[in-house]
Amino acid sequence: MSALFDILITASFWAAAVRIASPLIFATMGELICERAGVLNLGIEGIMVIGAFSGWMAVYLGTGLWGGVAVAMLAGMLFGLLHATFTVPFGLSQHVVGLGVTLLAASTSYFAYRLILPEVTSPPKIEPFQPIEIPYLVDIPLLGPALFAQTALTYAAFAVVAVTAITLYRTPLGLAIRAAGESPQAVAAQGLSVTGLRMGAVIVGSGLMAVGGAFLTLSAFSSFFFEMVNGRGWICIALVVFGAWRPGKAMLGALLFAGFDALQIRLQQTPIGQVIPYQMFLMAPYILSILALILMSRRAQVPAALMVPFNKGER
Amino acid sequence: MTSAHPKAQDVVLRLESITKRFGPLVANDAISLTLHRGEVIALLGENGAGKTTLMNILFGQYTADEGNVEVFGHPLPPGNPAAALAAGLGMVHQHFTLADNLSVLDNIQLGTVPLWRMGLGSKAARAKLAKLAADFGLGIDPDALVGTLAVGERQRVEILKALYRDARILILDEPTAILTPQESDALFDTLRRAVATGLSVIFISHKLHEVMALSSRVLVLRHGKLVGEVATRDTDRHALAALMVGAEVTPPSVAPQRPGPALLTLRDLSTPDVGAAPGLKSITLALRAGQITGLAGVSGNGQAALSDLISGLTTPQSGAIEMPDMPDVWSPRTVVAAGIARIPEDRHKTGSIADFSLTENAILETYAQAPFSRNGLLNWAAADAHTRHLIATNDVRCPGPSAPIRQLSGGNMQKLILGRVLEASPKIILANQPVRGLDIGAITYVHKRLLAARNAGAAVLLISEDLDEIMALSDIIHVISEGRISPEFARGTLTAAELGIWMAGIGFADAA
Amino acid sequence: MRLEPIANPSLARSFGFPAAALVATVVIASLLAALAGANPLATLGLIVKGAAGSKFAMLETLNRATPLIFTGLAIAVAFRAKLWNIGAEAQLYGGAIVTVILGTSALSGIGAAALPLIALGAMVAGALILLGPVMLKTRFGVDEVVTTLLFNFVMLLLVSYLLEGPMKDPMGMGWPKSAPLDKSLRLPRIDEGLRLHWGFGLALISATLIWFVQTRTTLGYEMRAVGLNPQAARFAGIPVNGVLVKTALLSGGLAALAGFSEVAGLKGHLSLDLSPGFGYTGIIVAMLALLHPLGVVITAIFVAGIFVGSDSMSRAAGVPTYIADMLLALALLLMVLAIGLTKFRVVRG
Repeated sequence: MSALFDILITASFWAAAVRIASPLIFATMGELICERAGVLNLGIEGIMVIGAFSGWMAVYLGTGLWGGVAVAMLAGMLFGLLHATFTVPFGLSQHVVGLGVTLLAASTSYFAYRLILPEVTSPPKIEPFQPIEIPYLVDIPLLGPALFAQTALTYAAFAVVAVTAITLYRTPLGLAIRAAGESPQAVAAQGLSVTGLRMGAVIVGSGLMAVGGAFLTLSAFSSFFFEMVNGRGWICIALVVFGAWRPGKAMLGALLFAGFDALQIRLQQTPIGQVIPYQMFLMAPYILSILALILMSRRAQVPAALMVPFNKGER
Repeated sequence: MTSAHPKAQDVVLRLESITKRFGPLVANDAISLTLHRGEVIALLGENGAGKTTLMNILFGQYTADEGNVEVFGHPLPPGNPAAALAAGLGMVHQHFTLADNLSVLDNIQLGTVPLWRMGLGSKAARAKLAKLAADFGLGIDPDALVGTLAVGERQRVEILKALYRDARILILDEPTAILTPQESDALFDTLRRAVATGLSVIFISHKLHEVMALSSRVLVLRHGKLVGEVATRDTDRHALAALMVGAEVTPPSVAPQRPGPALLTLRDLSTPDVGAAPGLKSITLALRAGQITGLAGVSGNGQAALSDLISGLTTPQSGAIEMPDMPDVWSPRTVVAAGIARIPEDRHKTGSIADFSLTENAILETYAQAPFSRNGLLNWAAADAHTRHLIATNDVRCPGPSAPIRQLSGGNMQKLILGRVLEASPKIILANQPVRGLDIGAITYVHKRLLAARNAGAAVLLISEDLDEIMALSDIIHVISEGRISPEFARGTLTAAELGIWMAGIGFADAA
Repeated sequence: MRLEPIANPSLARSFGFPAAALVATVVIASLLAALAGANPLATLGLIVKGAAGSKFAMLETLNRATPLIFTGLAIAVAFRAKLWNIGAEAQLYGGAIVTVILGTSALSGIGAAALPLIALGAMVAGALILLGPVMLKTRFGVDEVVTTLLFNFVMLLLVSYLLEGPMKDPMGMGWPKSAPLDKSLRLPRIDEGLRLHWGFGLALISATLIWFVQTRTTLGYEMRAVGLNPQAARFAGIPVNGVLVKTALLSGGLAALAGFSEVAGLKGHLSLDLSPGFGYTGIIVAMLALLHPLGVVITAIFVAGIFVGSDSMSRAAGVPTYIADMLLALALLLMVLAIGLTKFRVVRG
């Protein structure tokens, strides 16, 4: 118990939690935007992989770090366009198309990786984002080093949450997106294009997911390796549900989750870690996500038209 | 309501030779109409006549194959709802186009501010909305979530949506289908105020008394063609009905007969509320042999709860169901076995499985029994033979028993469902909106079957939103309002207006 | 733009679009090969040769197809009831674990007669693993896609723990693997001369049984009804939740048989690389077969051929093996589009 307390009072733990949450925040916001518009995007896992790969590859080939982020976002948007074209105007199964996109994006990444670096046993490293300390704020005890000594990409993650929330709730575009996920008939009756709104949401959301993936290679691990996304995409889908499709709550969910993840890593070093096998610790994030889903299973807040294709004029 | 001789420059809307085909079906066949400023015209026709298709073309949801539209003298770009809205057309749909999770103000503002703008301008919007509500008698709370509103209030939001966008031409699709008689009067009042400010109105209806009361001109559609155009004062209900159907319409004859014993009684029965849908509140209802019991009421007042209960989907929270040979467990399967036939409200969602063949649909309730299965193995030959029998005896027009049921028209689908449930000569029949969306031919057929069952001694519960249907067919009438059931009224003892008062909830002993 | 349903799709349409999807896949595969600097036609030729160019190759393909038939069936059964079982991977490993436990136990005394028992044990494990998420769906309305997916990761970690701990092979050289199955409890070969074990035979039998259940039994009828319209099914009196549970048991059991077959038939022991994603590939197998149980056999062999052929092609021509995964993901997407286009027409307004 004291080991636990010792961990919780260190600033490095909280800083780690925020760091671990960052890719999740990007991807969760991306999925949230898709689902608010009415589209379940199961391509998230694969899109995070291609985001991780293309961002890292771009930096490896010479673009700057932000150039890598841009390339990753573009890659994500392309796969988002693929997903959106199949599911929105053609109304095909969002489950199957999403899984297909995940498989395609992931295998494309691995194929391209092997193509460019066929002989490599350990992936080459790049120079990742460095932490930027915000003066004065970083001196606050505990919170300071945790929140204000992060990389620029982490600060961007929190900015994305704010932008998403403001856009959804205070702009005409956000209103239209929320309506598209609830009653596409209402949107069409007001002269707006449901197809345009949904496709746009999926493309933008997929771009964000890819940036979340790029965080892993450009900030967290500095290189790309197979299985690096490791189910984070699926966890983000659970986080959207846990956050009741609201950006702020979903962000808090990501932080909570990341906190548990940071905790289990550190607990492995403590006496508890000698008793419990490390695999049990690694299981914790996934089991937690399942529990989160069960807890939030009240479906009252689900966007009513989620996964319901809209066919113009259908009665 | 309008001037006697409208001048040419007062033409606000002109449709010329509009034709629309869906595959082999000609939904609209060279239809032309003109609307003048300040006019209220009615578009009359039975289900499937093409009225809603025509309005959908006008509003840009469909593109016509031939013909064109002019609004205020300018051609209207086809297939473009935004252009229709900008031209001054406002549509109040039959099935409301509202987002339940958003407020009234949100729903009204949706699409009115360009998407690239940063803010919604809600303050000005609220002011405009308040003024409109006052001018037209459409009081509403702008911050209420639409999902919490009653049906009549939701329609008010639909109308305000159109007025907010400065509609000059209002199109209403079956506006009184879901209203009580009193609410309908309030709607007519709103429309009169609108016309007084210079709006023109087209309303679609199949209710003759409404058309006579509200319009100055009637256009009658039948099978996609315009078959008649008369000034309202020059015609009457019988002439219009004849035009609508193409033949003399005789209402069904219901010979009075002594009812038999009660075959199903609900005593002090209550069920819980489900979200916005009210549960039953300590109701007592008896269905007697040889009697049609009509349940009148605006949708959303507990009909679903009652229907689910009798169908076997739910059980009472308190109170009792009394039946001779009552099954031990109350479930859809046992209820059917006990002799209750259920005609569901929505033949597409609940009554049939679209991608199943006619045969597979025909055995939906009986597949687990002989002769259709034995020891878990299906006997498709027996099922096929049974289906052919149903097709023949129920006049179901179809390609054959193995065709997917979604190829059938609504009327034929309903005939198969009717045949399926009536085949076993059930003692009790639950008919929930049995003729919704059907053409006159199918409606007549369904009513004949129900009357025949009643004459043969079955107890029929007819749940319908159409007061005319209830009053024409029922031996006794109850009214349902917010889960409470009125005392029974014998045939002919109450007028529509008096029933309307009960439908509005007045007259019930104050329930919890 | 609008989609208009086609009442009676012509045969040309029903076959034409899927055929076009497959052709498009092959074309894209050639492009990818060209991207890798190899001759497209030669690459495709090498894949075909590697899959079926020799008796050895064909047997290798059939061996690889065996677990895919099981997972393909598992997913076809589940998806038809609109049960999104993405956890076939976990169910497979569950079956594998039970196979090892029973296969290294005292059951060796009974010999080959114990094999059906072991298969049954494996099926129970797989069934129970899928039952959890399905109960969550029926009781709490929790979507089974994410729960089954997340459980795959949990299961893999469990296997890792077991192989480094309680189930570790005492004779192993430090590489995490389980003790080998007793020789008498291995699935025999179909014919002494062929490198093909009875897992394949069992797979074919399973496919036929599932087809029979789906078309001729009340359970199959109920599963189809529930998958197409659960509301109408419930109204008619079909016990929807019960049917979903039975579907889950069947689907989980089938996926577990893949694990049983790989352990008892092919490998003889359990290691972490037992399944290179058979659970996920099963989705492609099932969808390409349009969820038809007998079709699953054909598409499983096809998909296995692609993998086997790509492995051998990669050794010869140097194009990364991931071309196979890309190919199949593309085939899946294009096939879904093709099926959609056979049912709908794209109409202007």
